[in-house]
Amino acid sequence: MKLLRMKPGHGEIVLAEGDVEVPEQERELIEAFRRELDAGMWAAVPTQTTGGRREAELVKSFAEVPRDAERVIFFPRAAGGAQAAGL
Amino acid sequence: MLLGLATAALVLTALVCELSRPKLRAAFTRACARFTHACARARGVLLVHSSENGGAHGYDPGRERRAELRAGALLRSCVNEEEWAMYRDLGFLRVWGQSGGRYAYLIYPHKPLLAYVPRTGALLSEYCVAFPDRTRPYGSARLPDSDDVLAKWMALTADERALIADANMHLPGRQLDPERVQRDLERLARWERERAQVSASGPDVTSAAQHAARARHGGLAAGSVRAA
Repeated sequence: MKLLRMKPGHGEIVLAEGDVEVPEQERELIEAFRRELDAGMWAAVPTQTTGGRREAELVKSFAEVPRDAERVIFFPRAAGGAQAAGL
Repeated sequence: MLLGLATAALVLTALVCELSRPKLRAAFTRACARFTHACARARGVLLVHSSENGGAHGYDPGRERRAELRAGALLRSCVNEEEWAMYRDLGFLRVWGQSGGRYAYLIYPHKPLLAYVPRTGALLSEYCVAFPDRTRPYGSARLPDSDDVLAKWMALTADERALIADANMHLPGRQLDPERVQRDLERLARWERERAQVSASGPDVTSAAQHAARARHGGLAAGSVRAA
């Protein structure tokens, strides 16, 4: 599993990578996951339905991440209106 | 009498200092920046100044382009082939609303989500939403275009109601030019017709037609609202 984070001026960066079946690596993944959530990021897992439709699932804890997920993508929390951003 | 005058002079001096402090501080900051740039020029390094955090980074003219390429690859790996082709050829994504096919959204990079009725082409609302990165790693809070589109796509497909609840709703026309959006919808309809014709004709024709479509649309996003 890879934990990716979107970053302005860079694109995504790999925060952590490991096998969830290996306890040490899973612990590192969980710590990285918590750090990002504590920093106010949203976490999404890209998924594909049985019908082939692509979508995403927002997760709020590592326990919600499917064990077979290949990646979790962190991105900044949505800000409605966003006057400062010009929207 | 003398004591009174001295006190008044002290108070006056303190007032003048207090009032002129912001200007003095700005002048000091400008002088420091000039000194830093002069030193950098002497070393042969070009610096860009971040207006937000006051930081300076080594200037890299290719950074945004590389960031956009990475973001495009990530977007492509998340959406389906048709959605990726749509974004590549037209510069926006269409996502269907979760209550069936009665309405859909257009996702433009760094523009509001636009809800519309595909059957009639009627524009419903603009939903202003952004994903600002407060850490401003390179002095900007803006994600690359494709990352912004992907963030909207993920949030919309994961929890449409929550995203719309977070957004500020406006009537169409506040930020997106309705005429331009109508032209984009026409382009989308034409693009879909061409894809349907091409996919019915076979794989060789598909590749050639996709290439022709990209050339005609001028590559990613040309001619769309994004380019405006």
